[in-house]
Amino acid sequence: MTDEMIKQAIIGIINDINPDEDTSNIDAATRLRDQLDLDSMDFLDIVMELRKRYGVHVPDTDYEHLASLDSCVNYLRDKMAGKELVS
Amino acid sequence: MHYDAIIIGAGMSGLAAGIRLAMYDKKVVVLERHYVWGGLNSFYQFQGHQFDVGLHAMTNYAPRGARGLPLTRLLKQLRIRWEELDLHQQGHSAVSFPGVKLKFSNDFELLRGEIARAFPGQIDGFDALTRQVREYNELDLNAPTLNAREIVESHLTDPVLTDMLFCPLMFYGSARENDMDWDQFVVMFKSIFFEGFARPQAGVRHILKLLIDHYRHSGGELRLKAGVKRIITDGQRAAGVELDNGETLTADNVLSSAGLVETGRLCSAGAPPAQAVGFAAQMSRESALRIPGAPTAAVGKLSFTETISVLDKPARDLGIEETIIFFSNTERFNYAQPADLCDTSSGVICMPGNFNLPQQPKDHLVRITNIANYEKWATLARSAGASPRSAGAPACTGRGHLAPASRGLDAWRGLCRGRGAHGLCRRGACAT
Repeated sequence: MTDEMIKQAIIGIINDINPDEDTSNIDAATRLRDQLDLDSMDFLDIVMELRKRYGVHVPDTDYEHLASLDSCVNYLRDKMAGKELVS
Repeated sequence: MHYDAIIIGAGMSGLAAGIRLAMYDKKVVVLERHYVWGGLNSFYQFQGHQFDVGLHAMTNYAPRGARGLPLTRLLKQLRIRWEELDLHQQGHSAVSFPGVKLKFSNDFELLRGEIARAFPGQIDGFDALTRQVREYNELDLNAPTLNAREIVESHLTDPVLTDMLFCPLMFYGSARENDMDWDQFVVMFKSIFFEGFARPQAGVRHILKLLIDHYRHSGGELRLKAGVKRIITDGQRAAGVELDNGETLTADNVLSSAGLVETGRLCSAGAPPAQAVGFAAQMSRESALRIPGAPTAAVGKLSFTETISVLDKPARDLGIEETIIFFSNTERFNYAQPADLCDTSSGVICMPGNFNLPQQPKDHLVRITNIANYEKWATLARSAGASPRSAGAPACTGRGHLAPASRGLDAWRGLCRGRGAHGLCRRGACAT
């Protein structure tokens, strides 16, 4: 999976969690929480969806790596290698 | 059969918990004693009319995408789109006491303006109260339990205004007599006065259908007519349930939406007497801890009856503009268990047709809720409970608050006598 596809995977999950949110202009370097209406329950849902869709396990000590799209890519690059994007 | 989770009760909370668990591939079953889902918010059909039970309105109205509000959070967690809820806002509602009426709507400024008009000396205190409510984190579980009346009275010196503010908040959200926990007061103040009322065109049926559809679509199992006889415990934790038909189900987790008292009874049923007594005492202590000054009895004192009338014309044609009216016929509002079947000196009157609905509903309904005495109702024969006349149900308890103009009053009086209307009384007793 390319870096761009990892971003698409995260955005796809956020779109499913909150369909009313506009995700078309997310700045990859800025914290997601500062741009979108995401609370701690929503981050938990992102973690759960990563496991459900991609079989990727994110231990709670690693949640901080999901802060921005860029940090997600850095953290997930190895874990998502070889996986197909689920829409 | 073994489950990850068993949920007792297919009301809104049970179904919502089921959706969250099924969404993440837990093997989950919701058990419901009734033949239909909904619990305290349910629906029925009678003589060709569709009736809702419980819910007058959805509180906590939020526009689509409004950030950080409870409705938005709830929809995200249940993966329900805002549009799916089909919400239509109230016009305006009112709190009506002898000689004074305060209108309010989903625009908070209406209520503030009404208070400035009717209680000019109190507006600074009301603004201070509003600030304290706005800044308080009502979801902090470690906050000390405070009495709301004490805090409200530190801002407002007029007892009538104090009671008028408490009236809707108590009717829609207090299990305590004549006072509320401060955090619950804040929850209700925000949900009713800051956010406000809305409903789907089709009422509670629509909300429940959404929940059921999402639950089933997520892979959850629903069993109706499956009453739980007891919760099986190993002394320290719940390990499963025994159904009325004798069937046993085991689970890693058991979630009960049956309420504290009933859940305690279910855990104690069939247990050795010493253990059952210990458990009941523990339950009682815990509920007493939560409610300062409350009697140690775990069963609440507040119950309600609901009277639904089918009118032959829209309520608006009778001069009734409000969506919901919270009233008291006495200057001081008494939110307490009455000695009689019902306390008709106060109540809630809901005109479902006065929401801003795209289509006028087929039936023109008026729903009246009064505080009731459950024990008195429980001793009545069932046939008596089905008849509003013999049971002495309050047919037109809030009449004066509905129609200030006499033209409406006569029509209303006629309707209450049964001309062109069907007085229907459901025995709606829910001990809180």
